[in-house]
Amino acid sequence: MSVVYLKTPFIEKQIRNLKLGDSLYISGTIFLMRDEAHERALKLFKEKIKLPFDIKNLAVFHCGPIVQKKNNNWKVLSAGPTTSMRMELFEDEMIKNYQIRVVIGKGGMGEKTINAMKKYGAVFASFTGGAGVLLPAKCIKKVKEVHWLDLGTPEAFWVFEVENFGPLTISIDAQGNSLYKKVNKEVDKGRVKAYKYLGINK
Amino acid sequence: MNIKKIIINNVVELLRQASCELPNDVVKALRDGLKNEKKGSIAEAQLAAIIDNFEQAEKFCLPMCQDTGIHIYYVEFGEDVNWLRGTELKKALCEASKKATIDVPMRPNAVNPFTNMNSNDNNGRNIPFINWEIVKGDKIKITAFPKGGGSENMSSLGMLKPGEGLIGVKKFVVDTVITAGGQPCPPIIIGIGIGGGADIALKLAKKQLQRTIGERHPEKVIANLEIELVKAINMIGIGPQGLGGITTCIDVFVEYAYRHPASLPVGISIQCWAGRHASAVFDSNGNVKFLRK
Repeated sequence: MSVVYLKTPFIEKQIRNLKLGDSLYISGTIFLMRDEAHERALKLFKEKIKLPFDIKNLAVFHCGPIVQKKNNNWKVLSAGPTTSMRMELFEDEMIKNYQIRVVIGKGGMGEKTINAMKKYGAVFASFTGGAGVLLPAKCIKKVKEVHWLDLGTPEAFWVFEVENFGPLTISIDAQGNSLYKKVNKEVDKGRVKAYKYLGINK
Repeated sequence: MNIKKIIINNVVELLRQASCELPNDVVKALRDGLKNEKKGSIAEAQLAAIIDNFEQAEKFCLPMCQDTGIHIYYVEFGEDVNWLRGTELKKALCEASKKATIDVPMRPNAVNPFTNMNSNDNNGRNIPFINWEIVKGDKIKITAFPKGGGSENMSSLGMLKPGEGLIGVKKFVVDTVITAGGQPCPPIIIGIGIGGGADIALKLAKKQLQRTIGERHPEKVIANLEIELVKAINMIGIGPQGLGGITTCIDVFVEYAYRHPASLPVGISIQCWAGRHASAVFDSNGNVKFLRK
């Protein structure tokens, strides 16, 4: 397990070198998209319409931030990861179509995404869920752009400038390994223990 | 004295407290959890980040999590209250949610499910949702309970066969927690409602999430069930944020209603580690007593 500092845009080889359990810090540009923005980005791709900001070789952060507009400038007050599994519906297509290299979120993702990460060279990097204050205070330098505010601030397409954004834990690597799958194996044993303790016979 | 204004301003304060300051009982439970985890483990690092985060949130008066929840209130309305109409209180609570969205600020979290348009003020059809209870006395107790979406998505309802009995209930709880895994942001608090009916079981379950960590049900059998479930759930190994470890839950609270002979409903409501809620009691003279835990 090592500590890795990367600048955006990412190069596929750097991403393929990341290992499960590595701590990653990102400097440069990241963008925020959740359910609705993912859906819209894929729809625009199908229609061959360019996104308002080029997201190629960047990191997507699954987050709906709390923001405040003061003197025409956006300030980010609280921004932690949301449950990434909801984006399982879209993320494989996003990785394929837009060469997303790092997916930042919480709780892990499913087989579809894991396979796309393996095939196209991307990783899942988790941050502590609910820890909304740590990243804005230390690592988010400014809001570069925001688009699609018609979706509401939590679902809009935000672009942030970040410095040493992390520590993010590599929990799915580009070889198809998943920390969550490892935990699941332990949980299978844990279920047996809990059943036994509670007197459940199956 | 404008009683409605007093209520609005102080309910905004309740929403601020709920969003920015974790109740002391939850703080203590999370700190205890940190001590139990293996030194140098991912679980320890996750809990340390959670603790660092809520300490900074309180210090800088910022919402500890960006998801400040959908707005829910619990109101205990004294039967002798003759100084405020219920409909006026409802208006005041809606107003407080709007004001807190700007003042705290809270994330606008009320979305029309048909158009997907965000109202941007945490108000919308049936939101904020108010749970009313008539109680003795001439005071009004208001609890602000903004509920996060990630943990709410892991709620579960089981309409068990009565023949499955208590063992069936226990199995349903364990299976629900395992299915939820890291998604509801563990360490979690689990509310369980048994009996009544589908809606009643879930309502009872969610209401339990306001109880104080370590506070046991007054009936011995239920209290023992709570203790047993905490132990069993913390054997599973999901751990903080689902990355493995001991502290999957910090408490389990059970409540029940009598059941229909044909039904054994079990409602499960899950609270993420950010156990957000804050209460205050209002009286006819405009006095406000905050009930800090």
